Amino acid sequence: MRSIFTTGAAALAAATILSGSAFAESHAALSGDLVIFSDMSNPAPRAVMEGMVERFGEMHPDLNIELTIIDREAYKTQIRNFLQANPPDVANWYAGNRMLPYVEAGLFTDISDLWEEGGLTETLASTQASMTIGDGIYGVPYTYYQWGVYYREDIFEELGLEAPETWDEEIANCQAIIDSGRFCYTIGTKFLWTAGGWFDYLNMRTNGYDFHMALTNGEIPWTDDRVRATFANWQQLIDMGAFLENHQTYSWQEALPFMVNGEAAAYLMGNFAVAPMREAGLTDDQIGFYQFPQIDPSIEMAEDAPTDTFHIPSGANNVEAARAFLLFVTSAENQTLINGGDGLGQLPVNSQSSVDDDEFLSAGFEMLSQNSPGGIAQFFDRDAPAEMAQVAMQGFQTFMVDPSSLDSVLDRLEQARQRFY
Amino acid sequence: MFPTPIAKTSRTWQLTYQTLLPVAMVLWLLPLLAVMWFSIKPGADFTTGNYWGLPSSFEGFANYFLVFTGSDMPRYLWNSVMITVPTVAGAVALSCMTGFALGVYRFKGNLLIFFMFVAGNFVPFQILMVPVRDLTLDMGLYDTRIGLVLFHIAFQTGFCTLFMRNFIRALPRELIEAARVEGVSEWRIFWYVVLPLMRPAIAALAVLIFTFIWNDYFWAVVLTQSPESQPVTAGITSFNAQYRAMYHLMSAGSIVAAIPPVAMFFAMQKHFIAGLTLGAVK
Amino acid sequence: MTMTAMPETEIAAPPRRFRQQAIAPWLFLLPGLLFFSVYVIVPIIQSFQISFYDWNGLDRPDGTSTAVYVGLENYRDLWDDPDFWTSLRNNAIWLVLYLLAIPGGLFIALFLNQTVTGIRLYKSLFFFPFVISQVVVGLVFTWFYDPTFGMINELLGLVGLGPVNILGDTRYATYGIIAAGLWPQTAYCMILYLTGLNAVDPEQIEAARLDGAKGPKMLWYVVLPQLRPATFIAFVVTVIGALRSFDLISIMTDGGPGFYSTSVLAFYMWDVALSEFGFRMGYGSAIAVILFLIMLIYIAGFLWKMYRDEKGV
Repeated sequence: MRSIFTTGAAALAAATILSGSAFAESHAALSGDLVIFSDMSNPAPRAVMEGMVERFGEMHPDLNIELTIIDREAYKTQIRNFLQANPPDVANWYAGNRMLPYVEAGLFTDISDLWEEGGLTETLASTQASMTIGDGIYGVPYTYYQWGVYYREDIFEELGLEAPETWDEEIANCQAIIDSGRFCYTIGTKFLWTAGGWFDYLNMRTNGYDFHMALTNGEIPWTDDRVRATFANWQQLIDMGAFLENHQTYSWQEALPFMVNGEAAAYLMGNFAVAPMREAGLTDDQIGFYQFPQIDPSIEMAEDAPTDTFHIPSGANNVEAARAFLLFVTSAENQTLINGGDGLGQLPVNSQSSVDDDEFLSAGFEMLSQNSPGGIAQFFDRDAPAEMAQVAMQGFQTFMVDPSSLDSVLDRLEQARQRFY
Repeated sequence: MFPTPIAKTSRTWQLTYQTLLPVAMVLWLLPLLAVMWFSIKPGADFTTGNYWGLPSSFEGFANYFLVFTGSDMPRYLWNSVMITVPTVAGAVALSCMTGFALGVYRFKGNLLIFFMFVAGNFVPFQILMVPVRDLTLDMGLYDTRIGLVLFHIAFQTGFCTLFMRNFIRALPRELIEAARVEGVSEWRIFWYVVLPLMRPAIAALAVLIFTFIWNDYFWAVVLTQSPESQPVTAGITSFNAQYRAMYHLMSAGSIVAAIPPVAMFFAMQKHFIAGLTLGAVK
Repeated sequence: MTMTAMPETEIAAPPRRFRQQAIAPWLFLLPGLLFFSVYVIVPIIQSFQISFYDWNGLDRPDGTSTAVYVGLENYRDLWDDPDFWTSLRNNAIWLVLYLLAIPGGLFIALFLNQTVTGIRLYKSLFFFPFVISQVVVGLVFTWFYDPTFGMINELLGLVGLGPVNILGDTRYATYGIIAAGLWPQTAYCMILYLTGLNAVDPEQIEAARLDGAKGPKMLWYVVLPQLRPATFIAFVVTVIGALRSFDLISIMTDGGPGFYSTSVLAFYMWDVALSEFGFRMGYGSAIAVILFLIMLIYIAGFLWKMYRDEKGV
């Protein structure tokens, strides 16, 4: 839906909002059109995006901002078209390998100078690596979120269970849940990526972050025994009947009601799942969160925390305004605001921002900053190149449906690895 | 008449037939009836597992109202109209001319050109996909309705030419010959002699193309992206993404998306079937 | 079809008219040919060309392409690509099973070819799945098959069977989609046959009846031969429909579950070239070329028949 915020007066309001060093550049009067394409199409993110545009517009009354919000799934296939055909001035995308094809084709602008001038190298230091390809920095992050296990606290209580910390506890818990006639985990793998999340965690817990990164970079054969060990752990859960039946027919949203209805006890998901859980009627007392349990004590814990980003396409017309917008988005103040519980409900990227005191955000922030010494991964389909991610996730789904297919699945993935890297 | 007319058969078979008809029809339309059923239920029925029972309350109006007010659906429908109508006009206009040229004149290459149109009509879309997408991008028409319209006109010309040419072939030639002897120019023969005779073909073709284009999904996905230009077939997937797992709304949305071609069919049934069976091939 | 000879008029015509008649067809053809060449003929040639390149579909901002010439490599990769063979095999299944629409359509047409009150409405209602877009048909059947609330499991439950997850099981999913596709396609064939039955010569039927023919025998020896044009058309549209199947697959399973288990060439091509993770335009074009060549055999056959008809009259 396109909403055009042609800004009115509101100069006074703008003056009060203007503060902080990050806005230095934006003091210069901006004019003309600023075209933004965004994939923040779910209700809460949409409101956040529209809110940001409105506030930025109030700061720059002469700037005409055109915001186009495109369905998040559709956006993924459409970005390659509009980057060439009608590039906006600012576009959403993801960090890591997902931006590689566009960077290689020169469709994203290198904004390392903006990072220097705007002091982003300090305030956003933790995410700089994920935005860097070669010598260039090709965008800014605006949010990230933890992954982990969201579970029905009330069901755990009813069964007398505690959040598991080790694999043995995990298995014991799961058995108890199954015995009570429920599934341990709901999951919908129709669109594949949810299975990628499971693989990320099992592999990072079984073999560690560095191994996981080497694997997604194509440096390790999929037929390696260590990879098999990961799948063996996975199979243990599958064989118990831990996962929702018929998961291959559901999207992640369609799998959610099973947890809400109490037919499944937990969900390995990103923090974005909390909002729909609350909407569906679960109270915060019913929802709990725990870090994916340890499998091998000698392996340091590592986490998935996908980062969403803004970029300036090479074809941008109003680069000046686009740069100012990126600084605005990443400023400490805006970061605190948009990532709060009434906004995205995620984690701010700016180190000077404060994390909302929402139960799950605090837990996630603590986990990522203190309890993830191994490293922080983006997500399977962002760490692995696109084609490899596709095949691999099809393989994960095949395996989850029928674990006896493991050998043929691994052979397929190994063939794909040799072809795609 | 085959099979034997029911009036001439035994009483029992007559009765059986009369009862069989509605039963068969209900079975045939079952999947569709199920969706209609869903579309009048409240959302709560789906969370409580009451899928097939009576609706706990009648929410038909509310559901359909929401489809029109809570989403981009009206826009998608409008886009479909603005894509379909110009395509029908364009394809029919072009093919009246090509059909006339190929049906009336004898010249070298006539059959070759005709066969080219026919063959083009059978081509799998996929072989056109990548280049047509690039072409549309290069012309700056990506994600515009006009970009989609231009392609549809071009592609439908193949089928329409086949249809029109065969129709013109079957017209009495004497009319044209007589006009020529009178010294009427070729353009005027086309306009005043042949075109009026083609009215039934034009009507049939128009209805047919309307349905084909309205129901196109593939090209809508390849050539458009935003609610500004996407027709309802592509829009329904975004609509479903917005209301994921809310079956009552998705059902209502699907029904709304299906209605225009169905209405067209019932209104223009005679032409539609004439078109399907005369032109023969899609 | 008549092919009235024109030479007399041409000879009799004065030179100016003669020129006009020579130029006129080309003027009439011009707009149609132009459109058709730009959007159909040239793209076909380009697809052949692109299939020799490794290209992710992106151009640099200065307009230069990122494509790299790789010769026949895409085709060699296809040969070793199990997903390609899965898709091809599914194409074959589609082609064979889709033909069921023809006897199915005939059966319903025979059933409905009566004159009782309201039969017109019945005919329309039976036909109308064909008018609905495949997207809606796909959605409708997806829900019909749904493992938790799908009507099919309710029905199977009544006879003590199930539940089955048709679209989630690699063994059944393709058949489930084909069944959905058969629904509108059968309706299409039905209408073709209904029209055909209208044109069946009643005298021949009566004559055969007097000779004692009835039921299946009558159908086979007397009715079907007269329905040959309808059967031919039904065959043509059904084969094309089968080879073009894309919408239903995309809506119902998105090619899954697993490794493209329900994919066909048309879908696979789209998926490797333009979907979320698909960036291989050259590879996709190679698949399209193969699909085109398969179709070409069929197109050639069709054109050959048309050619004979044209010359024969």
